[in-house]
Amino acid sequence: MVDNSSKKLKSEYDLVPGDFNTSRRPTWCTGCGNFGIWNALKKTFVRMSLYPHQVLIVYGIGCSGNGANFLKTYSFHALHGRTLPVATGARLSNHKLTVIAEGGDGDGVGIGGNHFIHTCRRNINITYIMHDNRVYGLTTGQASPTSDRGFKTRSTPDGVLENPVEPLTLALASGATFVARGFSGDVNHLTDIFQKAIKHRGFSFIDVLQPCVTFNKQNTYDFYRQGIYKLEEEKNYNCGNIEMAFRKSLEVGRLPVGVFYQTDKPIYEDGLKQIERKPLVDHIISEIDISKLLNRYS
Amino acid sequence: MKVSSLTWKIGGEAGYGIMTTGLIFSRVFARKGYHVIDNVEYPSLIRGGHNTYVSRINAEQFYSVNKDIDILVALNEETVKLHQEEMSYGGYIICDGDKYDLVKIGQARKDINYIMVPFSRITAQINAPSVMINNVALGATIGLIDFELEVLKGIVREIFGKKGKSIIEMNIKSLESGYRYVKDHLKTKAFELDIVKPSPRLLLSGNDAVFLAAVRAGCKFYAAYPMTPSSSILHSFASAGDEYNIVTKHAEDEIAVINMAIGASFAGARSMAATSGGGFSLMNEGLGCAAMTETPLVIVLSQRPAPATGLPTWSEQGDMLFAIHSSHGEFLRVVMAPGDPEECFFMTGKAFNIADEFQIPVIILLDKYLSESHFSCDRFDFKKISVDRGRLVKDDRQIKGEYLRYENTPDGISPRAVPGLKKGIHIANSDEHDQYGYSEDDSHNRKAMTDKRFIKIKKLVDRIPPPKKYGPAIADITIWSWGSCKGPILEAMKILNQKEKRVNMVHFSYLYPFDNEITEKYLAESSRNVIVENNKTSQLSRLIRMNTGQRIGNRILKYSGRQFLPEEIINGIERIE
Repeated sequence: MVDNSSKKLKSEYDLVPGDFNTSRRPTWCTGCGNFGIWNALKKTFVRMSLYPHQVLIVYGIGCSGNGANFLKTYSFHALHGRTLPVATGARLSNHKLTVIAEGGDGDGVGIGGNHFIHTCRRNINITYIMHDNRVYGLTTGQASPTSDRGFKTRSTPDGVLENPVEPLTLALASGATFVARGFSGDVNHLTDIFQKAIKHRGFSFIDVLQPCVTFNKQNTYDFYRQGIYKLEEEKNYNCGNIEMAFRKSLEVGRLPVGVFYQTDKPIYEDGLKQIERKPLVDHIISEIDISKLLNRYS
Repeated sequence: MKVSSLTWKIGGEAGYGIMTTGLIFSRVFARKGYHVIDNVEYPSLIRGGHNTYVSRINAEQFYSVNKDIDILVALNEETVKLHQEEMSYGGYIICDGDKYDLVKIGQARKDINYIMVPFSRITAQINAPSVMINNVALGATIGLIDFELEVLKGIVREIFGKKGKSIIEMNIKSLESGYRYVKDHLKTKAFELDIVKPSPRLLLSGNDAVFLAAVRAGCKFYAAYPMTPSSSILHSFASAGDEYNIVTKHAEDEIAVINMAIGASFAGARSMAATSGGGFSLMNEGLGCAAMTETPLVIVLSQRPAPATGLPTWSEQGDMLFAIHSSHGEFLRVVMAPGDPEECFFMTGKAFNIADEFQIPVIILLDKYLSESHFSCDRFDFKKISVDRGRLVKDDRQIKGEYLRYENTPDGISPRAVPGLKKGIHIANSDEHDQYGYSEDDSHNRKAMTDKRFIKIKKLVDRIPPPKKYGPAIADITIWSWGSCKGPILEAMKILNQKEKRVNMVHFSYLYPFDNEITEKYLAESSRNVIVENNKTSQLSRLIRMNTGQRIGNRILKYSGRQFLPEEIINGIERIE
């Protein structure tokens, strides 16, 4: 019923990034980091021959969430912080879909922090992209859980008193099987990471460093361009080693980007005999015989 | 003494298998064709504390457990002291005379019988562990009423079947020893139950009935976080998953629960979640998301006394108005409150169809009494539950031209394409949106889309059965009630209508959308009205007044954490002038 075979479709038309544009133009600020993520995702889908109808993206609330209107796939624009449970339910309902969740840093480690931890350890085959601009943009600039200590905002005029959460360390500690960091200012590199993440069998998490040109004058394009380096250029880095990954995730000053950690573990879906043969959504439900169940009560 | 009805109670310390023992007792009689209703009372802890299980059996149809106990099985001294006052005249207390002989210490009642069965001495004699005193007591009860020991043995074998032969045999030996002891030491028959036609009945709880109907209705995704008194639904789903292709997810919290259920439903599978008040509070946010995205959803809310943690293992009807008004903003939902397991079954089937047809959330209100008590009923004709998925689109060929997820149709219901279709790409949007699903702030659009979501009510009211009148069409007093109070009221009416008082009842199994027309008709037909409900602030009378402007001043309210007993309703009615 739900046709997801990309083989057959390939002959229909060759994908270009523009196939993922909707009739709405992005409303993000000029220079917003969301553009880089948007473009990288479109390029990823083209590279992977993923057609718009094969992809479900669940968006949170924030500037990133408004992207639901600008990227043509199936979308669920969920509540603030609730992307991962919606994505989990959808994925279990139809595991033939490519399911991606997108949200900001406030969405993911603030209001949705509990879901983040549990989805990591669940290792369900979902890709989660955190648009990490270290500030609340849509609500006009308040501190976020990833803002630096001392960061002055309208909600913290004397500077943030708390230490920032490091999403990568949290993901590693929670059992995510693919953990990466990207930079929205380097679309090609980000596309490579997205492709690896979507291909990864299990829960893949990408923390995307994303400048907010309007409300974060500290973590700018220049700040990141000067501060980041690519992990794949490190000679002795082994992304199969979780201890190395932890150490790298805790590095301050110069920030590594790339795949920090990837491992192959059974995914949540593997344990479900119920969906071995076909997705839940494909079952015919019109005449289910419950005689045997009724016998339990007689 | 020949009787048609008998109330049995067992009490003891938590951890002594009171619940299993009670359920076995109830099942013995349901299987032999008797009508049975039971109720379990227990504190929120695993060991220690006082548990009781009361089971009423009747040769004829009846509707509620009652106040007077005919046989009390006391597994400890506390049970005798706490409950001997509840004994009917001439009743029997079965207790361990080695340990607590109230006759000897002069604390016994003179008008009842004490059958001393040395539970512990018997288990020691047969080398059974001391926890098996419940089986000795069960055997003793069957001996006391001279019932068929074989039926009891059969059920015990089924229940402990997986625990191995030696465990089963030890249980059977305990039953036989208790039975034999009473037979040998009691000269007369205590009770002789009227014989009934052997037609085996189901014995199940409201939770069981909801679960069974959900499976029949094709629910494929069930999410929950454990919370008494809804947890047994979770266990039932978990046990049926492989055979019926249902994914059961115990999520991290109720916020995740409702959002997972929404995600699963959005992707096309029928889904459900169950909880109690605290969990429902957390789900409120998500409920509005289901409404705004027009995602079908069935939520079971089994009420317990609140606020906060409240009384986790007891019963109350305190969440009706909360359910009706839950979540921020204005949106359409259905709130049902089945009154017995049969209604639980058929209304749950209907809940899935309504959710799908109207693409709205449906809330099924239960309470601890209905969720966890067992009721005998005739085997459900499950074929009466049909599946209607409304305007769900599962095939590209059904989509002609441009696809609008939130198309503003005359009845407000739009085609809902399952993700994965080539032609059905859309945004399900928790922001206000246009017909495509794009976020939209425009004032005309806001009004049009709000109207679109609300106009569904025109068709929806045709799907909602009116409140139902029980008893004579015209009576001296009309009782108004809802949900699980149905049984105790029907039982009270049976007795009241044998006397001079003529009483009938208007019962709401569907609370929202509210049926003004029939309610006003029934109000006009009755001279004296009285509300009966299990809460402090009389939420039903507020609901009626809100919708009809009419006030019902007479109220019988109970908010002690226990459901009504028919005797309490009779007393209340008799005080009304």
